[in-house]
Amino acid sequence: MIALYEDRFKGYRGRSLECLRKFDVGVWSDVEVRSTGGDFRGVVLPRSETADDAHIVLKIHNGYNVGIEVDTIESMIERGRIEAHYKIPEKEFPFDPDKPDVKLFGTGGTIASRLDYRTGAVIPAFSPGELYGSVPELADICNLKTEKLYGVFSENMGPEQWKGTAEAIGREIENGVDGIVIGHGTDTMHHTAAVLSFMVQDSPVPIVMVGSQRSSDRPSSDAALNLMNATYAAARSDIAEVMVCMFGPTSDQYGLLHRGTRVRKMHSSYRSTFRTIGDIPLAMVTRDGIRILNEDHRKRRGDRKVRINTAFDPRVSIVYYYPNMQPDIINSLVDNGYKGIVIAGTGLGHVNKPLYPALRRACEEGVHVYMTVQTLWGYVQMFVYDTGRDIMELGVVPSANMLPEVAYVKLCWALGQSHDRDEVRRIMCTPIAGEITEREPYNGYIILQGGIPEVEEFLGRYNR
Amino acid sequence: MIRSMEETSPEDYRDIGLKSGLEIHQQLDTERKLFCRCPVLPYTDSFDAQVLRHMRPTLSELGEYDGTALMEFKTRKDIVYQINKNTICTYEIDDTPPFELNRQALEIGLEITMLLNCKLVSEIHVQRKQYLDGSIPAGFQRTTILGVDGWVPFRGRRIDIVQLGLEEDACREVSDMAHRRVYLTDRLGIPLIETVTAPQMRTPEEVAAVARVLSRLARSSGKVRRGIGAARQDVNVSVNGGMRVEIKGVARIPEIPLLVHNEAFRQVSLLEIREELLRRGIRAGGLSNAVHDVSSVLRGTAYGPAAEALQLGLGVTAVLLRGFAGILSTPTQPGRTFADEISDRVRVIACLDRLPNILHDGFQGESLSASEWDRLRGHAGAGPKDALVVVWGGEDDLRTAVSEIAIRAGEALEGVVNETRQSFSDGTNGFERILPGPNRMYPDTDLAPMAIGHDLIERVRSSLPERPWEREERYVTAGVPGESARQMSLSPLRHEYDRSLQESCYGPAELMHFFLSTLNHILDEAGLEEIPDEDLVQVLALSGEAGLPIEGAEAVLRRLLNEGGTIRETVARTEVPGRQTVKTAVRKAMETLSTWSMDQERVERYLTGRVRRDLEGLPGGAEVLTVVREELKYAAPRSTEGG
Repeated sequence: MIALYEDRFKGYRGRSLECLRKFDVGVWSDVEVRSTGGDFRGVVLPRSETADDAHIVLKIHNGYNVGIEVDTIESMIERGRIEAHYKIPEKEFPFDPDKPDVKLFGTGGTIASRLDYRTGAVIPAFSPGELYGSVPELADICNLKTEKLYGVFSENMGPEQWKGTAEAIGREIENGVDGIVIGHGTDTMHHTAAVLSFMVQDSPVPIVMVGSQRSSDRPSSDAALNLMNATYAAARSDIAEVMVCMFGPTSDQYGLLHRGTRVRKMHSSYRSTFRTIGDIPLAMVTRDGIRILNEDHRKRRGDRKVRINTAFDPRVSIVYYYPNMQPDIINSLVDNGYKGIVIAGTGLGHVNKPLYPALRRACEEGVHVYMTVQTLWGYVQMFVYDTGRDIMELGVVPSANMLPEVAYVKLCWALGQSHDRDEVRRIMCTPIAGEITEREPYNGYIILQGGIPEVEEFLGRYNR
Repeated sequence: MIRSMEETSPEDYRDIGLKSGLEIHQQLDTERKLFCRCPVLPYTDSFDAQVLRHMRPTLSELGEYDGTALMEFKTRKDIVYQINKNTICTYEIDDTPPFELNRQALEIGLEITMLLNCKLVSEIHVQRKQYLDGSIPAGFQRTTILGVDGWVPFRGRRIDIVQLGLEEDACREVSDMAHRRVYLTDRLGIPLIETVTAPQMRTPEEVAAVARVLSRLARSSGKVRRGIGAARQDVNVSVNGGMRVEIKGVARIPEIPLLVHNEAFRQVSLLEIREELLRRGIRAGGLSNAVHDVSSVLRGTAYGPAAEALQLGLGVTAVLLRGFAGILSTPTQPGRTFADEISDRVRVIACLDRLPNILHDGFQGESLSASEWDRLRGHAGAGPKDALVVVWGGEDDLRTAVSEIAIRAGEALEGVVNETRQSFSDGTNGFERILPGPNRMYPDTDLAPMAIGHDLIERVRSSLPERPWEREERYVTAGVPGESARQMSLSPLRHEYDRSLQESCYGPAELMHFFLSTLNHILDEAGLEEIPDEDLVQVLALSGEAGLPIEGAEAVLRRLLNEGGTIRETVARTEVPGRQTVKTAVRKAMETLSTWSMDQERVERYLTGRVRRDLEGLPGGAEVLTVVREELKYAAPRSTEGG
């Protein structure tokens, strides 16, 4: 009863709540409002909890929303009720025995979403029927089943969700699915992609992570195309790895399949935010086909032999080094019981001298310290300068061209399996899923610089 | 029934129940765009890069799909945006969320909202208005309402203002061919206000007149953009028994009356077609149609478009419309028939945009041969009361086209369809899309609601300029003739006029003449566009102080422009010549007359003008004329010399 009562004033509090109560109207009431600022007619909408308590939101009859100041309201009369029934037309996803079976796991994110009045932001909505209702093209690609694992924003993904997802993947592979798609918020998609690359080994089928940079509540959203591309890659590609499938260019043209351990979100809002770092993407994908770019990948197999290893010790931190960093940063991690530290060092993998004693102490007390580079591209090379040699001397282990976030999740995974110094080092330094590569191709590092005539010529010729 | 505007009286419009309203879009003169920090620069066709997008319909806030949205989705267009690096950032191409609403635009918007006597909203909610035609890369326009329920005076009554919105401008279409539409983004994101009037105009002429009133009002704020494309009108038209139809993007006010007229009678014609169909016993929803692939029947045809289609391996289909004989030839607008209503839909929705895109058996003009029609009619089982429409194209488009033909023919039973139509320069209009409803509105989740605040409202209110009609009334009360008062109430020099009225000793009428007429002559002579405002008021004030008549001020201004110097000096050395000087000048001028065969009035005008020029405009015309008349009285008419 209380819940219902509160629902009637969804989001209103303080003065605005008082006002609604006073005139005995609630959310979804179609009201006539008399105010000192003029008369308004419209439907009372729920209010975002973070908004002030001085206004009431009306949807007036042309579809516009306006806020009316509570203090100016003289009367409100309910003339009816118009309730929103926000529902994506749901249609049963068709089954075709000739099409591959794909399982779509939902973890949250904006691949499909609807409005949340509580926060005024968008929240995910997700079911095969809804997906089919909004992206019917999926039925041309595969038979789709969905399962909602979690409903969290990607920043709230953590060890528990990672383990659960890995186990769910294992189950589905054993059940005989031809490919797996994982809907995920984009912010930490590359963390999840990396951790799944370690937790799910020797998958016989593609595991494709996908999200959207523009929520699906807007016509120009990348959600539908990303989902189509990802589903296509899961159903039809022969790349049996954990991948991220997101827009190649910002234009609606093709998706890129990025290896889960080499991909990174590189722009806070661009559609084409995901880039493969230090290598080239595995493939380009459209609804019409897949174009392999990198032949060096694991192939799809007919067997169901997958190894799931969800070991995880979360007592690891990333330290992003900056000049003048003080040793207390390292000391506090040790004092707080952290078992692993991944440093994102400058240049080839350096930190300043004042940190040395703290690092030595960390290593001596059994903390596993690994060096990566904050330049993201390139290898840690600690032999080039004395600084590097000194740091290694302290017990810090260089981790080749592993990305800092990848080294972080891998160290968690390794520490979940062993705390033995040599064993952890063996796990960390043995490439498992392309997180360390032997060579960086000449075209693995391309950041075109705008303004240069030849680049501008390129930009003028191809859709961005 | 179609007829010319000339032979239509206000009573005729009343009889058909014409109702028309306006939506006026006026760009604001801000330095930056509404939701990002891009500068507002002049339009340009040059671009540095292109972005490709597709648009998909989404649900409205209340859980509905918008009809327009679904229609646009059927068309499945590649939409290409041409972007110029100077005016477009990642916001406009929807790769960066919006920044804070431009305060300058908000203030100008509030000012105009107040000028329109609107009630202000207390809190701004930015909404997304969906446009699936692609005219905005995001697929929606960010828009917000600032006020509702205003009014403007018009010919002794009030025209109600439904609402005033503040929104970002959209793209300019470059081309729209088949499944590819190209847009220039040079005006994308510029702040504009949308003023919506109630449908209270009753004749086409009134619509244009109200558009002028609103345009004057916006301009009177002095903070709106001028020039081509800075203001655009949408006109809503309906007649008794019809539906609201919106004609989009009318760039020039003088085009409005004919557009309204033609639309009104298009609706009358559609209602007549509906009556005729009902008379034939066809009921709404009861149209019977059948589709036949006639590619084989027409093999070897000499009719160009169909022959070409067959050659390219495309299909040709005939749609049989039972009971529609003659309907497609019924005129709906000058030079257009009901068949064009169908052709438009096929062009826009099925993307078959090479015209002609359909052919019907009642068409008078290049067509299939009589025997081909006979064969087709036989093939389709068409009787004498039926109509046959032939259409050609690729498989997917043809399927859409056939369905649209049936849909539009079926809608004939509804009479007028709720549509958005585009205006053509000949005053006719064509289908653009189904009129969108309130379902296309969605709250912008990227921006939080924003209270306008009493301080801001008070600040804007306290510096609110006089409304043009108030100003005009003040001038009339002061004794200025109506037309001049109207002109000055809108003139960019109105502030200088008002100040001169305060600071100089000249009267309202003579100052009005100075500002509206004399000044232009002086500037023309000097080859100038404008002069510094400050100078003008000072010239008038100091000339008056020195006891010069207003013609003295003219002379001072001329000298200043020709010779330079300070105003004070120039005033000091400007004197009104005595009566004798004028007399001498008149006589000298009379010497130049080769013939007096001109009539008296022309002679007087000529002499007065010449003398005033010689004496640098001093003294006044009236005074010179008196002397001229005196002198002419004494001078005997000469015999004609030469011609």
